[in-house]
Amino acid sequence: MVGIGVESMTSTELASQAAAGSRRSLARLLSLIQEGDTASIESVSGVENAATIGITGPPGVGKSCLTDCLASYWASQGQRVGVLCIDPSSPITGGSLLGDRMRMEQSGSNDLIYIRSVATRTSFGSLPLRLMAMISALSLAGMERILVETVGVGQTEIGIVSMTDTVLLVDGPDRGDIVQAEKAGLLELADVVAVNKGDLDGAENAAANIRSGLALGNSESIPVLVVSALEKTGIDELVQALEEVQLRPSVEVVRWRHRLTSAILDQVVSDSSFDSTVTSLAEGKITLEQAINMIFQR
Amino acid sequence: MDPLRIVVAKPGLDGHDRGAKVVARALRDAGHEVIYTGLRRTPEEIVRIIEDEDASVLGLSSLSGAHGFLFPRVCDLLRSAGLDDVVVFGGGIIPQSDRLELYEAGVRAIFGPGTTTDDFIQFLVEVVERRSSNQPVGVGSSDGWHWS
Repeated sequence: MVGIGVESMTSTELASQAAAGSRRSLARLLSLIQEGDTASIESVSGVENAATIGITGPPGVGKSCLTDCLASYWASQGQRVGVLCIDPSSPITGGSLLGDRMRMEQSGSNDLIYIRSVATRTSFGSLPLRLMAMISALSLAGMERILVETVGVGQTEIGIVSMTDTVLLVDGPDRGDIVQAEKAGLLELADVVAVNKGDLDGAENAAANIRSGLALGNSESIPVLVVSALEKTGIDELVQALEEVQLRPSVEVVRWRHRLTSAILDQVVSDSSFDSTVTSLAEGKITLEQAINMIFQR
Repeated sequence: MDPLRIVVAKPGLDGHDRGAKVVARALRDAGHEVIYTGLRRTPEEIVRIIEDEDASVLGLSSLSGAHGFLFPRVCDLLRSAGLDDVVVFGGGIIPQSDRLELYEAGVRAIFGPGTTTDDFIQFLVEVVERRSSNQPVGVGSSDGWHWS
């Protein structure tokens, strides 16, 4: 990636400028972190002051619009808010169309809000590599709340649980019958569920379905709220529910399993020999087993 | 060619975004990361987006006739924000007679109706070549180079 201006600064300088409030330094630092620059990753390592919220759910339920509402809400309370909007990269060309900003009309020009579009690049799942370090960079830059909006996900995509303190699952009306809500996966790990598009028919019904599904298990304390990002209804209640979330010990093991796995993955694919190993595999020169041995024995 | 981070923006009161979306899609297919702003952005908002996204290229689309005000305004704001290295190109309904003024304001290429996607991909190839050989190409350089 070719960046702008601030290229002559070291990562330490960028980090201290970002901490002093320079948006441009923060922007450059995030680019370097995503590219895997070791010094930049180390410059933010271990900074975890902010309250972090993962916002996830199926495509088209209004995650970006709701993220916009939440960011504006906290900014209106005087808090600094960082937003990472994740979109997929093409596995073939590497290109990406990052369109979340077009839904973020309230937050776009607020000085208290920093929005960054992040492509998943060479990551295999729905989360980009080095996401933890990017969150730390925002925290270092003084963001009190960090919202991470994932790509539209299915039922078992739970990686975001490992990256943020709190997970908000967004769903919409007409998302199928009760069985959809009974399937194990993300729903069990959500701290708060918001049924968006509450201005449409079926939202209350969808929320009732999700509530009854949760009530049959051990998860009935998870709040399920109907909101409308369009009409800005239910946002105060949603914020309150998110701020009241308690850490669940049962989720901690899941969280750390994912965090460790993704940290190992980051290491493996950051290694300089990884790409050539993939090429050798694609050309049929080595077997998968040989490749795994090469990676872990180095 | 290394991938670029490119912002495709619609400044001003212009609701026509088919062209901008086709350009965004073509740039994506060429392997770039394209941030699309959505409609009706102010010049100030566009500069803020360039800054926050660490983007190095900006494509401005206008079909409303207001390019003569909006494009130079964006270029001025980029320079005052210290974003001199950003490369600006434009597209839309922009008469030949208006173009020289835009080039002088810092716009490096203008693509009108009939442009193929190859045209602006080639423009970007040249931009990257100029940049890697330290020839001025950003909005802050007073060198008069533009794509033709």
